[in-house]
Amino acid sequence: MNGIRLGLARGRIELRHIFVMPSELVQHFLPTVVFMVVIAFLRSAPLGGSTVPLGAVILTSVLGSGLCSGGLVLMTQTLAADRDDGTLLRAKALPNGMPAYLTGKTLVASGFALANVAIMLVYALLLFHDLALPGVGGWLTFVLVTVLGLLATLPIGAVLGSLFPNARVSAVIAIPILVLTGISGILVPITVLPEWVQWIAQVFPMYWLGLGMRSALLPDSAMIAEIGHSWRDWETFAVLGAWAILGLVLAPVVLRRMTRRGTGKAIQRVG
Amino acid sequence: MSVFDVRDLWMRYGSADVLTGVTFQATRGEVLALLGPNGAGKTTTIEILEGFRKRSAGEVSVLGVDPARGDERWRARLGIVLQSWRDHRHWRVRELLAHLATYYRPYRTPWPADDLIERVGLAAHADHRISMLSGGQRRRLDVAVGIVGRPELLFLDEPTAGFDPESRRDFHDFVHELSDFEDTTILLTTHDLDEAEKLADRIVILAGGTVIADGSADALSRRVDAAAEVRWARNGERFVHSSTDSTTFVRELFAQYGEEIADVEVRQASLEDTYMALVRDFESGAGDAALRQFQEVTR
Repeated sequence: MNGIRLGLARGRIELRHIFVMPSELVQHFLPTVVFMVVIAFLRSAPLGGSTVPLGAVILTSVLGSGLCSGGLVLMTQTLAADRDDGTLLRAKALPNGMPAYLTGKTLVASGFALANVAIMLVYALLLFHDLALPGVGGWLTFVLVTVLGLLATLPIGAVLGSLFPNARVSAVIAIPILVLTGISGILVPITVLPEWVQWIAQVFPMYWLGLGMRSALLPDSAMIAEIGHSWRDWETFAVLGAWAILGLVLAPVVLRRMTRRGTGKAIQRVG
Repeated sequence: MSVFDVRDLWMRYGSADVLTGVTFQATRGEVLALLGPNGAGKTTTIEILEGFRKRSAGEVSVLGVDPARGDERWRARLGIVLQSWRDHRHWRVRELLAHLATYYRPYRTPWPADDLIERVGLAAHADHRISMLSGGQRRRLDVAVGIVGRPELLFLDEPTAGFDPESRRDFHDFVHELSDFEDTTILLTTHDLDEAEKLADRIVILAGGTVIADGSADALSRRVDAAAEVRWARNGERFVHSSTDSTTFVRELFAQYGEEIADVEVRQASLEDTYMALVRDFESGAGDAALRQFQEVTR
């Protein structure tokens, strides 16, 4: 379809902007770099009850949570910002502009999230090369969790982005993401948290993204810190799949509503 | 055949009627200026024509299509320049225009990006990021984006806000070229009445949700009998007189003083005078009507 072809071209140009502009690079990748430095200090401290380094556990968990906090937040904030500054209205004024816009945005958000994952994955493999490389099964899980993770988070990000009244307010999305990161077993094993917190965490995709990545990349001896001492792969696919379906059903409805509503009045036209 | 045709258009937001029966048309190649005080419903009218807003009632046809049901092929025939854009900050000028041109390619032949950049006077900035453009340059880019698909109908909402006099002059020449050579029909709104007079073949004045005047600037000024200003000098002394029949006045002046008269200057009422008179008449009329209604209620 024409809109998708235009959107891919659009997304490629915008991705290039992220990767060639120093200000954009710093804004998007500074958190990743800071995090990687911190992890280097946790290289040798082992996870309680196993020989797996704590740094490796956290790094793989963040591979998962990064999909959520990176792609979703980028999607939410750019959608809200683009509604404010007229980008969306411009898209409406062009033939096939809206499908092209949404395709482009999806490509940018997933491209950014994947670049983040790739950087951290390479770093993880270099830093913890003494860990056994995941086998074919592990890589398969990794790919599945990554793809499902994007599907589970980007449409929801688009929905959130179209619900926020403006770009400034959309910045608050960072707060629930931060809270989720805290309770989802990303930085500390989830089993040390009270059980009711564990239940809340298990509703959202972030916990399952972290778990899925640990399942894919860590040796089975690291299961000791997990709920039920299991990787729960099927549960992971089920929950992420459910979020993906929810997002893919909701996003078109909410986006269509936003497109209808968003007219020039929203960007300060004088009657 | 008319390029757009608006008949008895109504628009209601909640309980407020913004448009109460707007009717006007444009023919091919015509430049139409839509004027009116703030809140008169200009933007709402344009947004309905652009297909961005659903009307409450009335018949609207734009390029033969109801804008509420316009498809992508229809959309490709329109060009839209809104008032304030801050979008695509990270893009470069040529990059954006070349990209947006590809949207039109399945339907028509867009402007080559470099020709268009040259035409709107941004050649020196073709490789600059859009965030680095000045207000006037940004505005010229907006116009370029609006016409990149060589539209048959172009909407310009306050196109020259922020232009310096020179770029304003350039822009006016450009609009004339578009309507003369490309046969583009143009609907523009502006608060610069001098600009409307220079650009528009026809002026439509919107006030209180209806069209209160529709005609050439000349026809409108005749309608309000606006006074012309006559200036002259006699024996080194300067005089000013305003008259609705300046020709007769000047004839009498010469009959009375003959060769003593020097430096005669007759300034016809400008569109600004006409506009002010029309809007004032309308508002006092509306005021009268409200007063009558009030009296009836209190009686």
